[in-house]
Amino acid sequence: MTDSAHGIGGLKYDPKKRAKPPELNVFVALVLLVIAFEALGRMLYGESFLFNTRDNVDAIFNWPRLNIIILQVSIVGIIAIGVTQVIISGGIDLSSGSIVGATAMITMSFAQTALVNGNPNPKAVFGDWAMDLPVLVPILVGLACGIVAGTINGLFIAYTRIPPFIATLGMMVSARGLSRWWTNGQPVSFPTESYAALGKGMMPVVYFIALAILFHLILRYTIYGKHTFAIGSNEDAARMSGINVARHKVLVYAIAAMLASIAAVVLSSKNLTAQAGMGVMYELDAIAMSVIGGVSLAGGRGSILGTVLGALIFGVIISGFTFLKLDAYYQEMVKGAIIVGAVVLDQWRQRRNAART
Amino acid sequence: MSDVQTNLSGAKAPHSDRPLGDVILETRDLTKHYGGVHALEGANFVLRKGEHVAIMGDNGAGKSTFVRQITGVEQRTRGDIIFNGQPVHFAGPLDAREAGIETVFQTLALADHLDVADNLFLGREKIRFKLGPFSILDYKAMRDATLAALVKTGVKIPNIHNTIERMSGGQRQCVAIARTATFHSKLTIMDEPTAALGVQETAQVENIVRTLKEQGEPLILISHNMRQVMDLCDRIIVFRRGRICANLKKEETDGQDVVAYITGAKTQPEYEQEFA
Repeated sequence: MTDSAHGIGGLKYDPKKRAKPPELNVFVALVLLVIAFEALGRMLYGESFLFNTRDNVDAIFNWPRLNIIILQVSIVGIIAIGVTQVIISGGIDLSSGSIVGATAMITMSFAQTALVNGNPNPKAVFGDWAMDLPVLVPILVGLACGIVAGTINGLFIAYTRIPPFIATLGMMVSARGLSRWWTNGQPVSFPTESYAALGKGMMPVVYFIALAILFHLILRYTIYGKHTFAIGSNEDAARMSGINVARHKVLVYAIAAMLASIAAVVLSSKNLTAQAGMGVMYELDAIAMSVIGGVSLAGGRGSILGTVLGALIFGVIISGFTFLKLDAYYQEMVKGAIIVGAVVLDQWRQRRNAART
Repeated sequence: MSDVQTNLSGAKAPHSDRPLGDVILETRDLTKHYGGVHALEGANFVLRKGEHVAIMGDNGAGKSTFVRQITGVEQRTRGDIIFNGQPVHFAGPLDAREAGIETVFQTLALADHLDVADNLFLGREKIRFKLGPFSILDYKAMRDATLAALVKTGVKIPNIHNTIERMSGGQRQCVAIARTATFHSKLTIMDEPTAALGVQETAQVENIVRTLKEQGEPLILISHNMRQVMDLCDRIIVFRRGRICANLKKEETDGQDVVAYITGAKTQPEYEQEFA
């Protein structure tokens, strides 16, 4: 049975009427943004945003800039992969930034090296037993932190039926408190070399892309993905259909927090230190990336690909403003406007869809 | 389709002559109290295989309450439900569905952002590779089974890859009904399936119901639409004030008669003592 069967009962199936992939709009926005910066750069400074203009380098594109565009968003991008799933399932996660902070503090405590330039580690959190552990130990500790925090989020949301906004707001405040209490606000520094290697150079980008592909496939081709969309689309229908909605929500929030903890490991490794204030506002950036990428705050709609494109839009804006030598404050103002614009667009799209039926 | 009939006598309406089979569902003294409100009182009901029974009654007469007890959405206060020869106690709608009772709810239980195949198999996806919650979906098998189900029920959907939100009310209802027909249910219950539909869409849904009748699938239909009930059902059960007040064979009644039972102008002699 092929296309002819789509037209059961004489109704014809018109492939042209198939909906365009929703990511297309985001991609067009990304391209337009790049073109805008390219044009402005050439007009104002005679420089190219995208292309290589130096004679001593043999390349078409300005690779250092392209690398930075994606590098500066890949850690928050990892969080956004999880946040996207939460939003698709009809929830919201405000706790990811604080989970990054708490996980980074705890993880770093198990990643410290005993001797720094021949002296004992001045920032040691634990005794000798926690020094120079194999790199797997802090990684597992980090993942465990995330999974525990996310499971707590999920259990509250699924079984007490409090709004996800409140549950994760509580976790946001508590986890930030935990990260300050852990060392009384002192930073935790001097990791082992193998831990420091985790987030070196372009490694965050590698993790970001790998995790994005992995979760894109999971959302698309597994029961987990199908049920995540179903719950976000119509929770009652999902329950009636036999999906264990409560258990699934716990899983979604646990995975989201686990991704936040992966971001924490990468970030603390990259910075060679963990601080109590790490990850502040990351949750909002992650939500913004998702929303810009076409994830609907009403649930049921969105994709990892869209979120990756949303993250790239973020990166292009940050790099573009630096390139145009505009003040960093403008970036934030424009970011805010873009977030609101994306949600307005989403609302408008939903109303249009509702009107059509 | 010219099957919009205004003939309320029902006697001439087409229906299958297939003989009725064994009892598939029986309720004895089925009762539901919400605190002091006696929403359903002592309902005795029998449904045979291949039989289409309509449940009628005014708003608040107990129709939906009756169905909610059978489908396990609520727990009964008293009484027995015998399904397929076994006394049953459904803890929830899922239990009922597992046992083979499929319900098309008044509020459609469809996920708007998913397509037809996804909705048909929601909660019972076919999988290619088992891995707990991360089991890999078998899209091809589900699509093929969906097309087969649509052919079987005669449901018209222009494109099964369309999401539900892009469909009309009638198409949505058809998807919901096709879902019940896909899983070899032993009993289908429809709670006002055409309440929100236009004329053509209603006709489409009714055709599906006729297909079920031809295939000998038993059905309970809750409806306010007299013409539809006369068209599609063999028997009419009338509820009033939480009790059954009439059990009418279609051939022996007509629209006015049924209305008299609904409004309370008449009560069948065998039920009279309950209303005393």
